[in-house]
Amino acid sequence: MSILALLIPLALGLALLALCGFLWAVRTGQYDDLEGAANRILFDENDDLDDRAGLPSPPTSPNQ
Amino acid sequence: MTLANWLPDELAGPACCPPPGEGTAGVPAPPLPITGHLAGIDPEAYVRAEAGLLHLSLVVEGITCAACAPEIERALLRMPGVVTARVNLSTRRLALAWRPGSVLPSSLLERVGRLGYRLVPYDPAVLDAAAAAEGASLLRALGVAAFAAANVMLLSVAVWAGVAADMGPATRSLMLWTSALITMPAVAYAGMPFFRGAWQALRHGPVAMDLAIAIGLLATTAVSLMQTIRGGEVAYFDAAASLLFLLLAGRVLDRQARTRARSVAEHLLAMAARAATVILATGRHRMLPAVNLEPGMRILITPGERIAADGVVRAGNSDLDMSLVTGETVPVAARPGVQVFAGTANLSGALEVEVTAAGENTLLAEIVRLMEAAGQGRARFVLLADRIARLYVPVVHGLALATFIGWTAVQGIAWETALLHAVAVLIITCPCALGIAVPAVQVVACGRLLRGGVLVKAPDALERLAGIDTIVFDKTGTLTVGEPVLAADPVRDPVDLALAARLAGASRHPLARALVRAAPDAGLADGVYEVPGSGLAATIDGHEVRLGNRAWAGVPAGAAESDGSELWLRRAGKPPQRFGFTDQIRPNASATVSRLLALGLGVELLSGDREAEVARVAGATGITRFRSGCTPADKVARLAELASQGQRALMVGDGLNDAPALAAAHVSMSPSAAVDISQNAADFVFQGASLAPVVEALVVARRADRLVRQNFALSLGYNLVAVPVAMLGLATPLLAALAMAASSLSVILNAQRLRGRQP
Repeated sequence: MSILALLIPLALGLALLALCGFLWAVRTGQYDDLEGAANRILFDENDDLDDRAGLPSPPTSPNQ
Repeated sequence: MTLANWLPDELAGPACCPPPGEGTAGVPAPPLPITGHLAGIDPEAYVRAEAGLLHLSLVVEGITCAACAPEIERALLRMPGVVTARVNLSTRRLALAWRPGSVLPSSLLERVGRLGYRLVPYDPAVLDAAAAAEGASLLRALGVAAFAAANVMLLSVAVWAGVAADMGPATRSLMLWTSALITMPAVAYAGMPFFRGAWQALRHGPVAMDLAIAIGLLATTAVSLMQTIRGGEVAYFDAAASLLFLLLAGRVLDRQARTRARSVAEHLLAMAARAATVILATGRHRMLPAVNLEPGMRILITPGERIAADGVVRAGNSDLDMSLVTGETVPVAARPGVQVFAGTANLSGALEVEVTAAGENTLLAEIVRLMEAAGQGRARFVLLADRIARLYVPVVHGLALATFIGWTAVQGIAWETALLHAVAVLIITCPCALGIAVPAVQVVACGRLLRGGVLVKAPDALERLAGIDTIVFDKTGTLTVGEPVLAADPVRDPVDLALAARLAGASRHPLARALVRAAPDAGLADGVYEVPGSGLAATIDGHEVRLGNRAWAGVPAGAAESDGSELWLRRAGKPPQRFGFTDQIRPNASATVSRLLALGLGVELLSGDREAEVARVAGATGITRFRSGCTPADKVARLAELASQGQRALMVGDGLNDAPALAAAHVSMSPSAAVDISQNAADFVFQGASLAPVVEALVVARRADRLVRQNFALSLGYNLVAVPVAMLGLATPLLAALAMAASSLSVILNAQRLRGRQP
């Protein structure tokens, strides 16, 4: 049963790491706008240059 | 049901933003009808300097879909010097940062205003800080509880298995001590929301659910610790930790379901920062905050601005949008000598107004006071969960006490063992399922209503809505669209309509706009000029053509008086032509009313409008009980009368004149086009042109109420089985954990039945 002396601290340490990660996410405001994050992915943020030049969007992949 | 059917009507209509990808360059911005708040608030006062940048926090009005946020951000980021522009879609707030000296804040607001969104600056320390801190602390508590629950469960499973597989006492002791060291700090930290609620209940008032939860948590932890110190086998650390986690999860979900609805209406505080242009005796102009105005001062009101105080017009002609006060959208003419009220919008010409009452003495402030007084009666409503807690706490604690006395006095066993049995009763009746019974249903119901375009604002709104038996509607803007529409007239010459529309195209007057909508292809005449408060004129083919009120068109005094709003057209060689307007009834208003009647509800109409018009709308929608000419106080009195007859009324209204009635009613709803103050007073806000969400909300609320009651029955039923077991001293930690998980899960699964099912 001496393996427990390793396993219990190991389990606690991993969980503590996850807890720290969660607390960090709360502190940096990542839970402030749950709706926006889900929707932002749908809209391209990098079309400024294309708009200014009046050009259509360049192909995004060399295969196109 | 397809996705499109779920979308609020705005998303489908032209009111929404240009489609994503089209960008903003070259797209003509929709005109902003009234820029009153924009014109009135000076953003400079809210600019904060931090870390070498200037910051401004704003509330964004008019966001209807997800594409709006990137559109606003892109437009602002293209302005010189702007470093950050971030829209929070959940709360409708915009955080702006720019380099000092590069751009004026007013030009940033104007840029977004041209896209069709209204921005209102606010002080984040006043508006956001408390709510955001509360949300974050609840999330942190949830994280800590999750950590504790997961780890303690890991250790507890080993202990349970050890009971069967002969675990040595030293190993079990290690497991229990580790559990204790995890659980105690977690309960102390993450249990704070419940301890605070319990403390409030102890100090101020009747027993609430929080008290039962707090006692359960503390007793479980304390007895488990005692057992661990004495080397006993029975410890309930896992029960304490998972109880904490499940209850906090319920709280967090419950809170998130309403965050958005609350933040939409919350910015009312920001609206107080309105400024006024005072004309000094020397003739010079000076900007003053509205609160500093005094009777006798003269203020200048430019077109598009809102009047900051009550007063009398001294110079100028214009049309006033009085909808904020009367609820009627058709503008009222203003000329010298006319009384005007704070909050009304000036539409066409500049006015000079002598202040007669300012600040707290205005009619606006009076209405707000009436609303606050009316809202206080509602505080007496007690949530179902708390009503149950009032029964539950004495019964369960009485049973625990009876167990203790029974085992010591009657059976004569050691008091420690008797105490363990007594606490087992507390644990096995753990209020976990009871505590989750309401939030689990609320979250599903709020989410479902949100997809249907209904925002639920008050925490107890659904519960109150489920119990109503009467619905009281306002007329203008609620049963009707609140926008005038040209009435059909069989004898009218289409040529006259086209001619009138050619003039009307030059004006923003609501009646003129209605004319243009009726004849969209008429085009615009050259050289049209507008005389504020009178009408429009132009010279066409050498003859003067006039469109406006009776006097402006030269209608003979003897002409038949008529109801409703009208415009007259005068052109050479023919008698003046009348254009009548009606307020269009919302689509499917009558279908909604008949569905409500079919559900067995009383439907009533209270309006501040004239008898004939109210009777017309009541007749068209199938409402038989109506009252006309109601002041805000009359509406409150009628609702109080209904309440005294034992009826529970839902008030649906939009105008400022409805706000006191909204606060006085048992429960209330506003369309999203309503004035901010009404949205603030209402428990629900619904989007779209249709009234169907009223029925949808009612049906969902009734189903939610049924499910909540079923959930309470489920958890009480499981207690009926478990409590005798615990009182006989047969409960084990494993049994307690299984029972808790099973009851919580069945309550949550039961709540899911509300999802997706059509009413």
